[in-house]
Amino acid sequence: MNIFNIIGPVMVGPSSSHTAGAVRIGNVCRKLLGEKVRKADIYFHGSFRRTGRGHGTDRALLAGLMGFAVDDPRIPDSFSYAEKAGMLFSFHGIDLGEDAHPNSVKLDLESVSGRKLSIVASSVGGGSILINEIDGLSANFSGELPTLIVHNLDQPGHVAEVTSMLQHKSVNIATMQLYRSGRGGHAVMVIECDQEVPEESLDWLKHLEGVEKVTYYSLSED
Amino acid sequence: MFQSLEEILQACSEKKKLFWEIVLEDDCKEEGITREESLEKMHLTWKAMADSDRSYDPGLLSASGLSGGDAAKMDAWRKRGTTICGDFLNRMMVRALRVAESNACMKRIVAAPTAGACGVIPAVLLTIQEEKKLKDSEMVRALYVAGGIGGVIAGRFCISGAEGGCQAEIGSAAAMASGAAVYLMGGTNEEIANACALTISSMLGLVCDPVAGLVEVPCIKRNVTGTMNAVAAAEMTLAGIQTRIPPDEVIDAMKTVGRSIVPELRETGLGGLAATQTGQKIREALEREQ
Ligand code: SF4
Repeated sequence: MNIFNIIGPVMVGPSSSHTAGAVRIGNVCRKLLGEKVRKADIYFHGSFRRTGRGHGTDRALLAGLMGFAVDDPRIPDSFSYAEKAGMLFSFHGIDLGEDAHPNSVKLDLESVSGRKLSIVASSVGGGSILINEIDGLSANFSGELPTLIVHNLDQPGHVAEVTSMLQHKSVNIATMQLYRSGRGGHAVMVIECDQEVPEESLDWLKHLEGVEKVTYYSLSED
Repeated sequence: MFQSLEEILQACSEKKKLFWEIVLEDDCKEEGITREESLEKMHLTWKAMADSDRSYDPGLLSASGLSGGDAAKMDAWRKRGTTICGDFLNRMMVRALRVAESNACMKRIVAAPTAGACGVIPAVLLTIQEEKKLKDSEMVRALYVAGGIGGVIAGRFCISGAEGGCQAEIGSAAAMASGAAVYLMGGTNEEIANACALTISSMLGLVCDPVAGLVEVPCIKRNVTGTMNAVAAAEMTLAGIQTRIPPDEVIDAMKTVGRSIVPELRETGLGGLAATQTGQKIREALEREQ
């Protein structure tokens, strides 16, 4: 832990997990969508559902979806900023089951060009977050490193293709996780990297046979 | 980060340096940044703390409607001049309320060490700065002292109410503030650790029991009492009064006590004030609104 996590962060209150963490979830989701959000249906689970309004979790999440930072004084008024920007949003309660972290949220998002994304994320304490699911498939990453998420058909060879591409581009892999939803069905790779993955490599990946979807989370500003 | 206050004190005497310098050097080494970069960042943090006090809006209410406006009441009472403890402590109380209420009202604060305890350090430090007319550069050094203490507590135990009870949040904030206050008053490195020990000794076992799970009741008022503990410990220290239990052992006692605090009293909103009849009623009313 660094000293600026002890004396800091500078943030809009009242809660690092329920407010600052919610902003961060919004930030990461916006980047994953890759475009401005047009429509957001947001479902709160557990403690987010019970104490979310009092902690401004709803406003914080919406602020994050618009790209506001955790210390942005506009956070409390994010509803009116979103309305002005023509964004549609709704909030609901949901039960994501026993295994879900108490501070969890599911977001169904649609971008201005019609791209869709469904995400389950949780705020795990002190403003740190985890993205748990993307489009119904497991994913586990913190948004603290550039992250490549590849949905592919569960066939041999795809992992090697992706890792050799990264090696070729001198991108170091920090963590790598593989999930699948049934043999021969769909699989997902979640790769946290120490460096950014170049744009053209992402394009190349998208055109590979058997690759269904490539999502990339970059740390650089959009 | 240092694992004990003793380690910091040893480094101080080996290198013949002050507490804050040792903490600053450690941060630079760990983060791979220069002294100037670290100092610049701490300077901005100090500015943000001062802003969180200055920008208080007495007209704001929290989303739950439970908090807001108390700092203004305290300030009005202070100005009457007929208070129990006099202007200096009254100003400190006003500030603790301002910053903690601002947090509840979704304004910008510095979580130090957490958002719930954000009023303690600015209240103690800003009021000492005002009283003793200290430069910002001195205040930045004081924040390294506070951060060094907080870092040791975080490493040996934790700084989260959910894990260690409120002793770990308001208690840690107060310990950090009292060490920083001793530094500002010209106390020695050992005295900084002494103040930290005396503060924690008085706050052992404080439970985390926020009504309806919100960082408001009793959190805001506890920021005020946290500052009082901090200055009392600093003052005793400066008078030469010594802790009988060494500082690191006091922190370890906080850990042992923290382990025996039941989950109901660790931010779940199920025990203590949250579980009172009125606490429950407040929670039910807010849940109906959701
Ligand atoms: S009671 Fe709990 S939530 Fe409130 S300040 Fe203390 S530790 Fe934080």
